[in-house]
Amino acid sequence: MSESRIPAAYMTPGTSSFADFLTAQSPELLPGHHPVPGNLGDIAPHGTTIVAATFPGGVIIAGDRRATQGNLIAERDMRKVFPSDEYSAVGIAGSAGLAIELVKLFQTELEHYEKIEGTTLSIEGKASRLSALVRGNLAMAMQGLVVVPLFVGFDPDAGVGKIYGYDPTGGRYEQTGYSGVGSGSLFAKSALKKLYRPDLDENTLVAVLVQALYDAADDDSATGGPDVSRKLFPLVHVITADGGHTLPDAEVAAVAEAVIAGRLQRPDGPIAELEAK
Amino acid sequence: MSTPFYVSPEQLMRDRADFARKGISRGRALVSLQYADGIVFASENPSAALHKVSEIYDRIAFAAVGRYNEFENLRIAGVRLADMRGYAYDRRDVTGRGLANAYAQTLGTIFSSGGEKPYEVELFVGEIGDSAEDDQLYRLTYDGQVVDEHGFAAIGGAAEAVGGYLKERYTEGASLEDAIKLAVAALGHTETEDREIEAKNLEVAVLDRNRTQPRKFRRIRPATLVEILGSAVATAEVAAAEPAAVEPAPENPAEKPAEKPVDEAPLAPPADDGGEPPIAPPLD
Repeated sequence: MSESRIPAAYMTPGTSSFADFLTAQSPELLPGHHPVPGNLGDIAPHGTTIVAATFPGGVIIAGDRRATQGNLIAERDMRKVFPSDEYSAVGIAGSAGLAIELVKLFQTELEHYEKIEGTTLSIEGKASRLSALVRGNLAMAMQGLVVVPLFVGFDPDAGVGKIYGYDPTGGRYEQTGYSGVGSGSLFAKSALKKLYRPDLDENTLVAVLVQALYDAADDDSATGGPDVSRKLFPLVHVITADGGHTLPDAEVAAVAEAVIAGRLQRPDGPIAELEAK
Repeated sequence: MSTPFYVSPEQLMRDRADFARKGISRGRALVSLQYADGIVFASENPSAALHKVSEIYDRIAFAAVGRYNEFENLRIAGVRLADMRGYAYDRRDVTGRGLANAYAQTLGTIFSSGGEKPYEVELFVGEIGDSAEDDQLYRLTYDGQVVDEHGFAAIGGAAEAVGGYLKERYTEGASLEDAIKLAVAALGHTETEDREIEAKNLEVAVLDRNRTQPRKFRRIRPATLVEILGSAVATAEVAAAEPAAVEPAPENPAEKPAEKPVDEAPLAPPADDGGEPPIAPPLD
């Protein structure tokens, strides 16, 4: 905050959107403001797999911890799942640095709206704002710096958890039941297809999501599995009517160790029933 | 050839100060008290949607009296400044002192510039630290003066009577319940009588160090207030006699556009949950 008079633009009523205000006042602070020629996809670390699923009364999002740069592992302990406010969270796949900036802008956007308007955005409203931010990154996406989020939130009006998937142009698609994003999501979603039931309880669903991430890591070199020696486990964020919380490491560690113990018996994981019930 | 009237600078400033003071003194008082775990702000405010006390940032709150449209602009500017700084740097780099300075410069410039009407506002910027010793409470006046308050302070109409009442009774390190009781008793105190204010006509919010969330601001619901204040049934005739005004009526309609405060209000929803907007959920 400067020591002189507050600029007139700050004092003028108008937008409740922080991103719009930032675009007007300090566009240089926007993520992806400096487009440069060439493809940058090879030099930027890349975050990988995020999965999410709903259960009666809430929604859970989980992500692995790996970021890669070409054939190298850039980060082993990266955070790719972030609470965006009390009742929502966002997981990110794609260009890591830009994605983290985008999440920071999104978090500020939601909090800013809350403070200016004195009320929270609806879950649709939040998802729509995220669309706009992703679309704002389109120029960078064209140069290989793609950011694709997965957004989850609890809808207090309907009392259910919701999941929104995105494409790099900001397209927004509400998902039913479960979804995933990132390089390993193909395998994770296949696992979820067999393991997911809409009526699972919270603890079982956490185990299902960790199983799915394990399957992603099993077949995708860019997705990290549970790192037992370094005690690095997936990040799991649960949102219910009571708000959101990231599960403590010890809790996820117990789930991950149970998954690993199971895989020692059967490396391909749990068997789904052949007959539909 | 006629000579323009000469008005001495002293007279000019005095007139502007009188004008601002008059506007402020027409509103209700607002008190701010430091207690063991933070800072409590309380004011008599019949409106559940138009707030006098608001969140600025994690540990910073804003409270104001006077003309609603003027302090609302200052509040929005504060939120924008804080969010901009927190976004460009880090959340820890947003400070109450910086914000108080920005407000002081702004109010001071407006007050002494000939072209603008002085703001008829008085405000608090409160910031809590890790312990009670680190808590800061700044009081800013219409002309941009900043006072670093310790313990308690009152602004708005009847600020002197209310402040005097607090001075006699304030103790350091009080519990939240005791601090709220004292604040509400002080708001009801005048030279002639002590009246009880109904819980639904109170706006009380705290910066609470004990909140686990990074955002320490929370509003105290009327239901919780009733519990704290015990028999919070105000005498009906007093409540009826009080006009429901958030800002003082314009003194001279020709001088000020006769905007209604309600038109200036943000799109706050009707308070269907007892006056508590979900600005920093969940509550106690």
